[in-house]
Amino acid sequence: MRTHKALIAATAAAVLGAAPLLACAVDTDYAKIERGRYRVPAGDSAACRTDEGRKPFAGGRAVPTPFGTIYATNITPDPETGIGKWTDEQFWNAMHEGVRPNGQHLYPAFPYPWFTKLTREDVLAMKAYLDSLPPVRQEAKPPKLPWPMTIRESVAGWNALFFKEGTYRPDSSRSPEWNRGAYLVEGLGHCGACHSPKNFLGGIKKRDRFEGGQGEGWFATSLVGNPHAGLGSWSANEIVEYLKTGANDRARAMGPMAEVVSHSTMYLSDADLHAIATYLKDLPAAGEDHAKSVPSGDDPRMQRGRLVYVDQCAGCHMENGQGIAHVFPAVKGNTGVHAQDPTSLARLVLEGARSARTRAKPEGFAMPGFGWKLSDDEVADLLTYIRASWGNQAAPVTASKVADVRKKIAKGE
Amino acid sequence: MATRLPSVDVVLVGFGWTASILAKELTDAGLHVLALERGGFRDTIPDFSPATIQDELRYAVRNGLFEEPHRETLTFRNNASQVALPMRQLGSFRPAAGAGGAGVHWNGQNWRFLPTDFVARSHTEQRYGKRFIPADMTIQDWGVTYDELEPHYDAFEYLCGISGKAGNIGGRIDEGGNRYEGPRRREYPLPPLKRCYSTVLFDKAAREAGFHPFPAPAANTSKPYRNLYGVQMGQCTFCGYCEWFGCGNYSKSSPQACVFPVLLGRDNFELRCQCNVTRVLRDSTGKRATGVAYVDVAGRPYEQPADLVILCAFAQHNVHLLLLSGIGEPYDPATNKGVVGRNYAYQITSSVDVFLDENLNPFMGAGALGQVVDDFNGDNFDHGPHGFIGGGYIALWNTGGRPILQHHLPDKTPKWGSAFKKALAENYLKAASIATHGSVMSYRDCYIDLDPTYRDVYGDPLPRLTFDFHDNEHKMSKFVTDRAAEIAKAMKPRAMHVKQREKHYSIVPYQTTHNTGGAVMGTDPRTSVVNRYLQSWDVPNLFVMGACAFPQNPGYNPTGTVGALTFWAAKAIRDQYLRNPGPLMGA
Repeated sequence: MRTHKALIAATAAAVLGAAPLLACAVDTDYAKIERGRYRVPAGDSAACRTDEGRKPFAGGRAVPTPFGTIYATNITPDPETGIGKWTDEQFWNAMHEGVRPNGQHLYPAFPYPWFTKLTREDVLAMKAYLDSLPPVRQEAKPPKLPWPMTIRESVAGWNALFFKEGTYRPDSSRSPEWNRGAYLVEGLGHCGACHSPKNFLGGIKKRDRFEGGQGEGWFATSLVGNPHAGLGSWSANEIVEYLKTGANDRARAMGPMAEVVSHSTMYLSDADLHAIATYLKDLPAAGEDHAKSVPSGDDPRMQRGRLVYVDQCAGCHMENGQGIAHVFPAVKGNTGVHAQDPTSLARLVLEGARSARTRAKPEGFAMPGFGWKLSDDEVADLLTYIRASWGNQAAPVTASKVADVRKKIAKGE
Repeated sequence: MATRLPSVDVVLVGFGWTASILAKELTDAGLHVLALERGGFRDTIPDFSPATIQDELRYAVRNGLFEEPHRETLTFRNNASQVALPMRQLGSFRPAAGAGGAGVHWNGQNWRFLPTDFVARSHTEQRYGKRFIPADMTIQDWGVTYDELEPHYDAFEYLCGISGKAGNIGGRIDEGGNRYEGPRRREYPLPPLKRCYSTVLFDKAAREAGFHPFPAPAANTSKPYRNLYGVQMGQCTFCGYCEWFGCGNYSKSSPQACVFPVLLGRDNFELRCQCNVTRVLRDSTGKRATGVAYVDVAGRPYEQPADLVILCAFAQHNVHLLLLSGIGEPYDPATNKGVVGRNYAYQITSSVDVFLDENLNPFMGAGALGQVVDDFNGDNFDHGPHGFIGGGYIALWNTGGRPILQHHLPDKTPKWGSAFKKALAENYLKAASIATHGSVMSYRDCYIDLDPTYRDVYGDPLPRLTFDFHDNEHKMSKFVTDRAAEIAKAMKPRAMHVKQREKHYSIVPYQTTHNTGGAVMGTDPRTSVVNRYLQSWDVPNLFVMGACAFPQNPGYNPTGTVGALTFWAAKAIRDQYLRNPGPLMGA
C-alpha cells in the first residue's frame, strides 16, 4: 500500500492550503509534483489504474462498460509501456481531447469528457506527479469490445455527438466555493460519469445529468435535490463526512463508491469537500421523488418480504429499519434504498459488498451476500418490502429485475 | 534445501490476539513486521458471515475453525508411568488454526486476575505459612504485579470494548461490580450486557445465599463502540453463536474486529498465511536468534531471517517450538531441573444444572452473558479451615441455546428415543446450568516434553502432555461446587443435577481451552523460561507471548491477562529493548 503513504502526504499538503501555496510556488518541481500528487487521487486515478495486487498506476484493471471491458493502461513513466516518452503537450491532448500521441482516440471510459474541464496548470501538475513515480514495465491489455467499437475511429463519431472540449469557465455570479465545487464535480471528480443516465451509446443525457445512472454494474444514486431519492435531505456536512470518511449516519459507501472514497475523496482537503457539497446541494430536484403508488402493508409481497427481512436482515439493520448508529446503515429513509433503479440494492443483497476503508473509519464493514440462499422472488419481495416500509415510498421490485442482476453478477459484469 | 528470504525486523510466529497487538504496536514503532500463520486467512465477511455462521454442525460438531489433529496434535498421559497416546480428535481443549487464532472462536469471557494471583507463593506463605503449600506443588510468583499490569489490562479492555461494571475504581468498592477485583483506573468502556431471565434468577438466588453476584465482563459489545485503535465495532445481537464460532456482526472482540482494519494495509506489515514455523534458528553462539524456519502449505521449506523473533502461537505450541529448537533447558521431572515444559496447568470445572418451571429462552445468548459470584475465587476467602489453596468463580452463563450441544436434561434421561425427545421438549426452554471455573496449581509431575514415539506431518516429535488433577484441586472444586449447589437450591428448581469433576483428568470431553504454563515467566532463570518482560533468558532477541507464561493457572479465563501481558511486553520492547537490544533484566 505504498500509494497510501504518498497520498497521505498529498492530503497533508492539501490541508495546508494547496491553492495559495501553489500560486506562489508553482514553478518549482516540488510544488508541481505535490500539486499533481493531490490532483491525481482526486481524479481517482489510483482506483482505475491499479489492478489489485499489482503496482499502483501500472494499469491492468478491468473497467466494465455496457459495451465490453476496457483495461486501464499503464500511466507510470515507463518509456516503453507507460507514459515515460510522452511530452507535456501529448499528456494535455490525452486529458483535454482524448487523443493519444499516435493520434488514436481514447475510449471515453477514460473520462476525458470530464477531464477536458481541467486547467492546463493542473493537468501538467498531474503529469509531473506521475513522472515522479517509479516506472513499472507492464503492457496494456487490449479492450474486449464488439465491432464496430473495436475500430477506434468510431470514437470520433461519438465525440461529435457527446463530447464538448473546453476548460471549465467560472461563473462570476457564483461564489468561489461554488465554482471550485463545480470544477471538482464536473471536471476532476467526474462524478456525473456514473451518477448520470446514459443513452444507448453511453453518452450522458445532458438534461438529466446527476439524476443517477449505471456504473460498473451498480446504480449510482441521484445527486440532485430530491429529498428521498437524491441528496435533498442530506446536509452539506453529511456530504463532506461521507466523502471524507466513507460513511455518515445515513449511508456507507459500498461497491464502486467505496473505491472512489478510499482511493480518492478521502484525500481531498476539507475546503474542497465543502466546495463539492456546496455545488451538489445547489442541484435542483428533478423528476418524481417517490413512486406514484407503493404497495400497502397487506400486499402479499410485503407480507412475504417482511418475513425475509426479519429472518435475514433485522439482526443488523434492526426490525424498525433504523440500523445501528455508526455501524449498520438505516434502511429507513436511505437514499440508496429509495433509488429509482434497484440494481445496487439487488446487487448488495445477492453478492454483498465491502464499505470504504478510510483513516477516520478504518473498519471497512462488509455486508455478506445472500444470493446463495434467497431466490429471485424472495429478494424481490424483500426489496419491495424495504422500499415501501417505515415511510419509504419507492416502487416495487420484480423477480425478473433481480434475475437480471443475478445473471450479470454471474457473468462478472 | 530451504529458500532463504530477505530479512525483516520482526517475525511473529502465529497471528492471533498477541501477534495482532504486537504487529500494531511494533509497526507503530517503525519496524518492518512479518507474521507467519499456520492456518488460512479469515475475515469477518465472508468467513463469519451472519448468513452462514450459525451452523452448529459445521463449526461446533465438525470443528470448522480449529486446528486439525491429522496435521498437528499431541500425545497425552495422566502420569509418567503410562505410555502417552496421540490425540486423534480434539477433546478437552480446542486451539485454532487461521488468522485471528482462538481470538476468533472464544466466548469473550474477559477477566483480570486478582492482585494476589500474581504473588501466589509469597502471598500464600505469608498468610497461611510455608507448610500450607504441598511439597510437590511448584507454584511461584510471576515477577510482574497486578499494579504493573493494570494500565495494560485497561488497554486490552479498551481495545476489545468490554461490557461490564467496575467493582473497584481506585480502591472505591462498588457493589454493582466485582467487589473482589483489584483496583482499576476507570469504568469498563461499555455498560454490562442486557440480562436474560436465567441470570436474573441466579442473581436473586446468589444474594439470598449471602454472596455478591455481578455482571460478567464481556467481550461482547453492549453498544456500538469505537475502540482504542479507532476501529468501530457493532452491537451484540444475542444470536447465541460465540464459542466455537466467529462473530459476523463485529460485536465479539477479535483480532479481525478490533485490530486488522488498522494493521493489514500498512506498508511495513506483512502477513503470510499457511506457513508453519518449525524451528527458531540461532547463530553459532546459540545466544542469538537469526530467524525462523518454516514450511508452506505445499511443503516447501523457507528460512526467514529476522532481528527479533516473537512466539505468538497457542500456549503448548510455543513450548513445542522451544523444545524442537533446543532453546532453554528442557524440564526433567526426575531431577526437578530445567524449565521448558515445566509447570503446565489447566482449569478444573464443574456444573450444576437446574430445571425450572418458567421459560428462560436460552437461545437469546451471548458468549459472556452471565452473572458471576467471585466470593470463592483466588484468596477472596479464608482458606485456613479448608486445607487447599486457590478457588474459582461460580457463574450462570447463557452463551446460547444451540440445538445439538446446548441443551440440559435431567439426570438419568435416556440418550435417545421417545423418552429423550419428551425430556428435551419439556426442558429445552426451562433449563440452565451454573458453572464453576477453578484454578489449577502447578505440580512437579505436570509438564510438556517431546514424545519419544509419535511424530507430526513434518517428521518432528509431537509434544507430550503429562497431566492430572491433584487433591488440592479436587478439594477446591468440591468446595466451590457445593456453593454453586447452594445457589441452585435457592433458585427452587423442580430438579437439579450436580456434575462434580471427579478422579483423573480426562482429555476427551471438552472442558476449556485454557492451557497454561510450559514457558513460564519469572525473575529466576532456574525456574522460568522468560523474564518478567517475556524475554527468553537464553536468547535475548526471542520473546514468548501467551498463557504459556503463566506460572500456574488462576481461577479465571486467561485471555484478559494474555492481552495485558502482550501490551506490557510490547511496551518493554518499544521503550527498552529497541533502544538497547539485549537482556532487559539480569539473571
